[in-house]
Amino acid sequence: MFPPVPNPTTQPVPPKFGDQDLIRRSASTVTPPAQRQTEVAKLIDVSKCIGCKACQSACIEWNDTHPEIGINTGVYDNPHDLTPDMFTLMRFTEWENPETNNLEWLIRKDGCMHCEDPGCLKACPAPGAIVQYSNGIVDFIHENCIGCGYCIKGCPFNIPRISQVTHTAYKCTLCSDRIAVGQGPACAKACPTQAIVFGTKDEMKEHAAGRITDLKSRGFANAGLYDPPGVGGTHVMYVLHHADKPEIYAGLPNNPRISPIVEAWKGVTKYAGLAVIGFAAAAGFMHYLVAGPNRVSEEDEEAAEKLTGEEPRP
Amino acid sequence: MSTDYDVEKGDSVHPGKPVTVDRYTAGARVNHWITAISLVLLALSGLALFHPRLFFLTGLFGGGPLTRIIHPWIGVLLFFSFFGLFLRFWKANLWKREDGTWLARIRDVLTGHEERLPEVGKYNAGQKFVFWSMSALIIVLITTGLIIWDQYFSVFTTIEQKRWAVLIHAIAAICAISVWIIHVYAAIWVRGTIRAMTRGSVTGGWAWRHHRKWLRELVGKASKGKSTPAE
Ligand code: HEM
Ligand code: SF4
Ligand code: SF4
Repeated sequence: MFPPVPNPTTQPVPPKFGDQDLIRRSASTVTPPAQRQTEVAKLIDVSKCIGCKACQSACIEWNDTHPEIGINTGVYDNPHDLTPDMFTLMRFTEWENPETNNLEWLIRKDGCMHCEDPGCLKACPAPGAIVQYSNGIVDFIHENCIGCGYCIKGCPFNIPRISQVTHTAYKCTLCSDRIAVGQGPACAKACPTQAIVFGTKDEMKEHAAGRITDLKSRGFANAGLYDPPGVGGTHVMYVLHHADKPEIYAGLPNNPRISPIVEAWKGVTKYAGLAVIGFAAAAGFMHYLVAGPNRVSEEDEEAAEKLTGEEPRP
Repeated sequence: MSTDYDVEKGDSVHPGKPVTVDRYTAGARVNHWITAISLVLLALSGLALFHPRLFFLTGLFGGGPLTRIIHPWIGVLLFFSFFGLFLRFWKANLWKREDGTWLARIRDVLTGHEERLPEVGKYNAGQKFVFWSMSALIIVLITTGLIIWDQYFSVFTTIEQKRWAVLIHAIAAICAISVWIIHVYAAIWVRGTIRAMTRGSVTGGWAWRHHRKWLRELVGKASKGKSTPAE
């Protein structure tokens, strides 16, 4: 068992990280701090999850969101998708293992992965609406958000949701406000089976390695850690019993990366686009300097008068 | 009859010194300026979101959220307003044989050697290029714009489709802004043009120099119109 984060003191403590620890800020350039904080991570061990949704309840409670009462359509997923009021969601899959003919009930806790290279942040046009702290947490700063939805296009995991009430984007914060004062995420705290644990990224990898060895010894030959390198690794990781097929876990992307379309949009288009506009303006300016105005001459006017003058007048 | 398409409603010649030629009706001018103002506002509000360096432009629209809200609505206005212009102008912008020749001599156009160019109708090939490329770009912009208008239309398309749409929207916007620059520059460079869209008329000399075929046609029509009742 990985020791849970101890209960904090009841005395107020100064936050452990803040604006001085930003390594990325949307639509802005930041000078990263000289010293990077220890990277943190949340590890979700899918093999240990019993689908009780205590984490969902804890998330609602801590973040004080008010998801709508839903309807039952015969599936366990509740609500049916992430919403601006539901930052994490247990996704249930019934999967028939072709090798054993066993029905496996796969339960994955979906939510923001806190990518090391966050596509949401790359896409965001509003300065400071998305930030990344040096400990790896990616956070949405609602007062800077303009509600454009670009983060949705940028995210390889389909995570951010825009509220139709506040018109700003929401997602899991990794309980940045709790972690700043030495706590663990609310979901990890609530999890009765320790399927969710929180610590430094290195500790989590080490803990995962132990879990994977255990799973392998029980016949899950492809057990492994989901820490996708395409997005530089994530600060929310999964232990999967079938790490070779992440897509069976309710469509967890196999080898996710920021979409090349988004890269083109936020990369070459931006620079080439401004260059083309600048070139058009400069070409006009240069042409004017060289060619000067194109003026109508006296002869032109006379020619027109002659043309009309020849007409029979009343 | 072959060239009749070129003369639009309201075009007419007034003999005098100088001759004046009515080119745009009041309706066409109002329509044009609504389109122009919406396009400029769209370019400014769009560019604000396009590049972080230009985000300050959101200040013109009352901040980031308001810019995000207002941009697509101006887009809808632009679409309908441009559609009005399209109905007015499309016929005179149909491609004609002399347009190819005109375009082949673009060097003479740029160096101001009008005498080496073929006589052209109400619009030359450059103006037709602006007209048709804007028509196409605005169709692309409204289509992709609706796809990325998340507040109302997010449920109708997939994220992958939205990614393409926003990329194409940005590229089309760059093209539209560049075409707009060419359009405005041409109007400034060719003196006597802007009054066509302010007062609605140009001088006879301007029409003779730049759109002689159109002028001839108008003069021909005027004389016909005057002589017919007498016959
Ligand atoms: C014709 C109807 C149009 C519609 C419905 C439309 C809609 C949109 C929408 C929904 C966005 C995303 C931001 C937001 O939610 O406000 C956007 C972005 C943008 N629009 Fe439009 N738009 C239209 C026309 C135009 C035109 C004519 C231009 C430029 C001349 C333009 C330039 C831009 C630019 C540069 C962006 C930012 C793209 C980026 O962030 O890379 N749009 N538009
Ligand atoms: S919705 Fe908000 S957070 Fe998302 S990209 Fe737009 S401004 Fe950034
Ligand atoms: S999972 Fe999506 S929302 Fe979360 S950090 Fe990565 S790109 Fe951003």
